[in-house]
Amino acid sequence: MDRNPGILATLKLAGRMLARDWRAGELRVLAAALVVAVASVTSVAFFADRVSQALVRDAHQLLGADLVMVSDHSWDPAMRAAIAERGLREAEAWNFISMVRSSAAPQTKDEAPRSQLAGVKAVSAAYPLRGRLRTAPALGAPDAPAAEGPARGTVWIEERLVSALGAPVGTRLRLGRGEFTVAAVLTLEPERSANFFNIAPRLMMHLDDVAATGLVQPGSRVRYYLYAAGGRDALAGFEAWAAKRLARGQRIDTLENGRPNVRASLDRAQRFLGLTALLAAVLAGVAVALGTRRFVERHLDGVAVMRCLGTPQGRLLALFAAEFSILGLAACALGSALGFAAQGVIAGTLADLLRAELPPPTLLPALRGFLVGLVLLLGFALPPLVQLKNVPALRVMRREAGTPKASAAATYAIGLGLLAGLLVWQAGDVQLGLTIVGGFAGAVVLYALVAWAALALLSSGSVARRIGARSPALRYGLANLRRHARSNAIQVASLALGLTAVLLLSFTRNDLVDAWRRAAPPDAPNRFVLGIQRDQLAAVKAFFSERDITVPDLYPMVRGRLTAVNGAAVKSEAYEGERAKRLVERAFNLSYADTLPSHNRLAAGRWWTRDTGDAQELSVEEGIAKTLGWKLGDTLTFTVGSDAFTARVTSLRRLRWDSMKVNFFVMAPPRLLEDYAASFITAFRLPDGHEQAMNALAARFPNLTVVDVGAAVRQAQAVIDQLITAVQFVFLFALGAGVLVLYSALVATEDERRREAALMRVVGASRRHVTGSQRVEFLAMGVLAGALATTGAAVLGQLLARRVFELDLPPSVMLIVVGPLAGVLLLSLNAWLSSRKVLRASPALALREET
Amino acid sequence: MLGAADAALVAASRNMDASQTMIETKTVLEARGIGKTVKSGDRDLVILRDIDLAVTQGEAVAVVGASGSGKSTLLAILAGLDQPSTGTVHLDGAELGALDEDARAALRGRAVGFVFQSFQLLPALTALENVMLPLEIAAVSGAEAAARAVLERVGLGERLQHYPKHLSGGEQQRVALARAFVVQPKLLLADEPTGSLDAESGAGVIKLIFDMNREAGTTLVMVTHDETLAQRCARVVRLAAGRIVV
Ligand SMILES: Nc1ncnc2c1ncn2[C@@H]1O[C@H](COP(=O)(O)OP(=O)(O)O)[C@@H](O)[C@H]1O
Ligand SMILES: [Mg+2]
Repeated sequence: MDRNPGILATLKLAGRMLARDWRAGELRVLAAALVVAVASVTSVAFFADRVSQALVRDAHQLLGADLVMVSDHSWDPAMRAAIAERGLREAEAWNFISMVRSSAAPQTKDEAPRSQLAGVKAVSAAYPLRGRLRTAPALGAPDAPAAEGPARGTVWIEERLVSALGAPVGTRLRLGRGEFTVAAVLTLEPERSANFFNIAPRLMMHLDDVAATGLVQPGSRVRYYLYAAGGRDALAGFEAWAAKRLARGQRIDTLENGRPNVRASLDRAQRFLGLTALLAAVLAGVAVALGTRRFVERHLDGVAVMRCLGTPQGRLLALFAAEFSILGLAACALGSALGFAAQGVIAGTLADLLRAELPPPTLLPALRGFLVGLVLLLGFALPPLVQLKNVPALRVMRREAGTPKASAAATYAIGLGLLAGLLVWQAGDVQLGLTIVGGFAGAVVLYALVAWAALALLSSGSVARRIGARSPALRYGLANLRRHARSNAIQVASLALGLTAVLLLSFTRNDLVDAWRRAAPPDAPNRFVLGIQRDQLAAVKAFFSERDITVPDLYPMVRGRLTAVNGAAVKSEAYEGERAKRLVERAFNLSYADTLPSHNRLAAGRWWTRDTGDAQELSVEEGIAKTLGWKLGDTLTFTVGSDAFTARVTSLRRLRWDSMKVNFFVMAPPRLLEDYAASFITAFRLPDGHEQAMNALAARFPNLTVVDVGAAVRQAQAVIDQLITAVQFVFLFALGAGVLVLYSALVATEDERRREAALMRVVGASRRHVTGSQRVEFLAMGVLAGALATTGAAVLGQLLARRVFELDLPPSVMLIVVGPLAGVLLLSLNAWLSSRKVLRASPALALREET
Repeated sequence: MLGAADAALVAASRNMDASQTMIETKTVLEARGIGKTVKSGDRDLVILRDIDLAVTQGEAVAVVGASGSGKSTLLAILAGLDQPSTGTVHLDGAELGALDEDARAALRGRAVGFVFQSFQLLPALTALENVMLPLEIAAVSGAEAAARAVLERVGLGERLQHYPKHLSGGEQQRVALARAFVVQPKLLLADEPTGSLDAESGAGVIKLIFDMNREAGTTLVMVTHDETLAQRCARVVRLAAGRIVV
């Protein structure tokens, strides 16, 4: 006989072994754990991959297209033709400032016809190529996406133009020589949501109507926009082609970072998703380790027989490795497929939100999922599996020979390390990945130690004697606890781990989601008022309180230009990236305050106090500091009017962009800025039905600019709602993984308990005695696991909320009640089920199954 | 009792250098000076001492003795499942002490069949699969046909797809027997093969062992404490307190 069979023979036998073990139900939990892990990692990776691609596009929606070209003179028709030739879609817009007049006759003799300077945008029918315009049929009415731009002969105007001109929908407006009907209130324009400051109120009209106004003449100040959208390659080709043909005064616009509010929510959702996937993967690792351990225990005898029948160690290892590899590959394939399907569902949920179709998924995420699955298998199944090769053949004669020791945590170190590496890759965030894996490993060890100590204490001689005096079941139960101290501690730790995950995912998740919803509450500000002068402050406040609208916080704003950083003059060319260049070129809105605004958080450094500290301090938003490369301790020089001041960055702030509150990139102590000319800005919630108040405000303080951001707020809320729906879906995977861990932990000691129970019955213990002592054991373990899991979930929840999601999470009473209860219920149920199993079979049969 | 023929063989083998060139010797199994000592607490426990035993091709040897006399330990050492503290074992021409565990396993797979008191069938495998297993491990083609044939031979042709837990003890032991014979071993080692069986099914298993042993010309070493069973073997070796008693 050939003793050194080839690879093919090994694979064949491994396949047969797999089929047999599968049939015996040994591998199902293990396979399920792998499928869940791979599916969750894959779906989230697929999703993140597509969303990040979509976000790039989404930024383009801010431009209204994938590519925008701007010119100070009209575009050569050849340029437009070139866009069409490449199969790209094309649109056009002209922007210019013009006076708009209300055609309505003045209501009183001495009232002049109302007029207002407007930012006119004349668009071709195809505009916008990306994103949607939103309009409302009347002031204060709910808005909806518009299918296309304004029809010929009509215009859409912003709320503040309606107020300023007293021109509700249906009225006629004069623009140059033309006259137009106001067809709708324009509530959202993709290109404007990024920056609505300092722009004349918008009037949108059809491009073909411009000629009739006679407003565009040679020499008029008009910006000509050309938009293109379509396939990535065609676009890149066109961009390269066009870049070489740009004349003076023409440029191609790109925008790197759009829609900060949507982006903030998406970032949060991606972190949620990423974390959940990580959690699922690590949990699955635990389930795989537990499942393999059980597999190994159940195969000790069989392996001894195989050794006895002449299988060399190496071949044995090869066989089991091959068996697990086949299983792993199949599970990974299934998991990837499932993940792909799941991301389809998630993408479907978010289709609306991302507006443009998501780009097609790439294969990389499937690869990642596969790798995670294989690492789980290698890292968590191999260590216990390797022990099988060391089972001595002698075991066939002496059963106690070669019972493997519980694998030391150290044997999993490589697996954990590999997993950490992969997860870091997956999360794209070293700190996050390491925190999760490290925290998890730490929790396991901590749980096991606490469980071991508590069980040892509970079952210690004196305690046991005192409690156990009353009932023999109690005494035996406690004795069992002591006897199984080690395996019980591991079991409690695993149970607590699974339960932590389940609690975290059910309770804490709900709380987190609620907190998240509160981040953009329905009462978020929906109006911004700009340009309030210092001497108008009292009157504006009075205006609000007269109308029973809560008087909003008014923030001072000083406009300054950044001229030097650390003493070196600022040159925009020195900055990398469009956004950085644009930021340093524009004037900064500087504000001052004694206290940190309540919706800001200190990320680094210290906030100044009124008395201490010097006046030359600045607090900078974290993101902009990163973009522009500012660090704590850097000095910035700003020029305000003809003066300049220099101050040191002493703190970094983190803002919540989706809160719709007034935020400033740069803030200073009052002493530094108070003497400069400032205007004030505020954001507030205008209650529904009070839209007319804004007309009154505009009439009373003509210099104020009121901006309606209601549509943007509603959009932010819709974004969050959709994201939450999508995110919930992935929770199911992690929840599944948690349940698998629970199950694996419960059945981990089932064989041993069953054998012991059978033996006790053989020596004459009554059923009541057997179940009673098991119940005592399980009850103690349940209480412990429940308490550990509750604490773990509460701590983790707080950490997640604060560190990762920047949300405030109130402690959950439900968690504290339900957590321990869940532990007790779970183990009571298990005690009941396992005693049924033990008692149904005769002791003889139970013992026979063991041999 | 050491017969004259055995003494001569032992003497002959002492004169030979125990190399592979002596494969044609008729001695299948030879143990010399076997001792086994285990640590038990802080003192040494002697389980076997100074055992000499040689078994020739086709011979049937019974090892008898009281429980705890060291029979199973001796069998394990003869099979290379356990290592002696002193002495050497030659199995099928190879010295077990000179082989590593894998080489011993290979030797077992090639030349030795086992039957245990506790059957040692794999519970997740059907009767047929249990019998196919050694052939599959050796990657021999036609495993299934061979396994079927042997199972027919032991009278379990109708129970091929049954799992061990659905078979009676006697039936399980017959499956184990089929598994031992399917590789056509030179040597069959049996450790109390009827120890877990009632008299009737025990008798059936014993009949099969002797019949198949004769048909295949297999050498048999059987541990038992059943004197009548022992008397059916050509030679009886008695163990008491770890020694062969004459
Ligand atoms: N590894 C060991 N450690 C301690 N004692 C052992 C070991 N192996 C065998 N023994 C003891 O050696 C004696 C012989 O055992 P065994 O060979 O199983 O006897 P038998 O099969 O004749 O009943 C018994 O007393 C047994 O307890
Ligand atoms: Mg014995």
